Amino acid sequence: MTRQAKTWLVIGAVFVALLVARGMIGQGLGRVYVKRTDVTVTLPDAVVVNSAAGIGSTTDSSTQAVGASSAPPSSSSPATISWQEWKQVTPLEFIAAQKANPAQTEITLSWSRTIGLWLAAFFTLAIFSFLYADNPLYKIAESLVVGVSAAYWGVIGFWDTLVPKMFGALTPGLVKSLVQPSLVAPERLQQISMVFALILGVMMLWRLLPRGGWISAWPLAFIVGVTAGLKIVSHVESDLMAQAAATMKPLVVSVTDASGSTNMWDSWWASVANVLLVTGVICCLAYFFFSVEHKGVVGGAARVGIWYLMITFGASFGFTVMGRIALLAARVEFLFDDWLWLIDPNHFRGL
Amino acid sequence: MSGGNFNNTNASARPWFERLDRIDRRWIFLLMFLAVSGPILWIGVTGKTLPEAPTLAARAVFQEIDQLPAHSLVLISFDYDPASAGELQPMATSLVRQCAAKNLRMVFIALWPLGNQVAQQTIQDVIGDDYPALKEGDDFVNMGYQAGNEAVMKLLLTDFAKAFPKDSRGEATSNIPMLKDVKMVSDFPLLISVSAGYPGSKEWVQYVISAYNEKMNFVTGCTGVSAPQLYPYFPQQIAGLLGAIKGAAEYESMVNESLAVDGVATAPKYLQAQRRMGPQLVAHLLMVGLIIVGNVIFFARKRRGAA
Repeated sequence: MTRQAKTWLVIGAVFVALLVARGMIGQGLGRVYVKRTDVTVTLPDAVVVNSAAGIGSTTDSSTQAVGASSAPPSSSSPATISWQEWKQVTPLEFIAAQKANPAQTEITLSWSRTIGLWLAAFFTLAIFSFLYADNPLYKIAESLVVGVSAAYWGVIGFWDTLVPKMFGALTPGLVKSLVQPSLVAPERLQQISMVFALILGVMMLWRLLPRGGWISAWPLAFIVGVTAGLKIVSHVESDLMAQAAATMKPLVVSVTDASGSTNMWDSWWASVANVLLVTGVICCLAYFFFSVEHKGVVGGAARVGIWYLMITFGASFGFTVMGRIALLAARVEFLFDDWLWLIDPNHFRGL
Repeated sequence: MSGGNFNNTNASARPWFERLDRIDRRWIFLLMFLAVSGPILWIGVTGKTLPEAPTLAARAVFQEIDQLPAHSLVLISFDYDPASAGELQPMATSLVRQCAAKNLRMVFIALWPLGNQVAQQTIQDVIGDDYPALKEGDDFVNMGYQAGNEAVMKLLLTDFAKAFPKDSRGEATSNIPMLKDVKMVSDFPLLISVSAGYPGSKEWVQYVISAYNEKMNFVTGCTGVSAPQLYPYFPQQIAGLLGAIKGAAEYESMVNESLAVDGVATAPKYLQAQRRMGPQLVAHLLMVGLIIVGNVIFFARKRRGAA
């Protein structure tokens, strides 16, 4: 056995031992409880019950969606549909319910959600394990993330883009009757534009064929042209004109308070802020102005510009560190709170 | 600092800065884990949080919402997914809470596929649990996710119903009572975006606020990575800005203070951001310490090399 394998074995054994010990102390760890609620809905009169097909149909889209997603209603009037909802509750609620009635079945342990919780903890630790060294657990977690993400994006692309926008525009009746009863009927212009989009899409896929790959250059040109047109206009408006206007500030500012008198302290700092802003813009522009040699006044301004840039990079780094630590803190909080039950910041377990 | 070198047979003969320079990077990871987990355990057990002094940008977010008359329409865009929830969920929760407490009519949209789910979860946690009197369709509505990024924003400029033809329940936009007077995005006096990147706050500024800067205000909360790109827009194009978890903690403390009831403790779910400032403090101190140590090593080596 290699030294690294021995190290992993020791870490794993210690970890499992700690986990077992934690499970035997106090309330234990990592369980999810759910509360059962019986829901019964009376369908409005507008619903026409099709007893032969057993599916309620209506002219109202939302009601139809309810009927379609629920158990088939009976043909008696008024028609009702019932189902059970399972809402996650805190362990404290489970303990209270057990105390009140030990035989109660309304609040129970959810095995599926508990397994989900343990899987989430396992994969969090599997990803963290890369910090020690690359290992098979990390590889499994990484591959799962990639696979699930790819599949999810595929499903989203199909159901949120292709079905409602493309098929919904070209064959609205079919989509409405088969998969999306709440589909809003497309306008004629939308249908025509989707025919155009379909042609461009087919041309794009042409590159997969052995011959005629150049055909995909046309839709690409269309995408580049439209994107450039959109971006140029918006960037000129918001990032050039508006930002240039926002930089043209008075260097001496007079801040008045509610009584109308000048607040010297605020005026001083507002003036300093404006001077720093204007100086920073000019000096950074000087640094990136290469048509003149960086000597004398221009050289001095460029050096000040470098300082401004360095401070900006430092601030960006600080913000990035803050963001990453916030994400790490959220995961550690999940492990300590939801999984290990070491802390109870949300007062879910009455610790 | 190098990684994975355990075989320093002649380590004791090296000067102190070289030994420090060759320390295994995994010790740094362990230190960072302890720096984050220690305060989480302490705050989780004691319930104490650090005091916050709101900055101008965070105060502006609070004031923009606070100054709106009751029943004003607010468009809230959830432009993030669970991967960024650790950073953004606390501010989203507080934003929805302030809007609900002010009795504003909230229209939720999502330009990220999973934004719809986080919006629905936030609605349940805040409105469902604490403001049950608010009625879906009259006081708030979740329009769900719409694919298209900037194209959706451009469409919102001219026709809201075309951009979002139905809500997340499948109800047609034309049948939703609170949206009967909404024709385009400028009918909302305030736009709020909780953004993790593209598409998000920057695109809202570029495609919507540039066109309607006079008619509507825009406030946003963003991740730490994107905050430096958004500060230049404040306050002309972005009226208020919550930069990362620090901005969220400042804003959260303001909302909690404004909605505090004597003798009633603030619900823990409204203290998420302030709880996470403890680990931030210790981890940042560790980072500063490591940077100083790195520089000391650098100058010590340079000095020795010169001598």
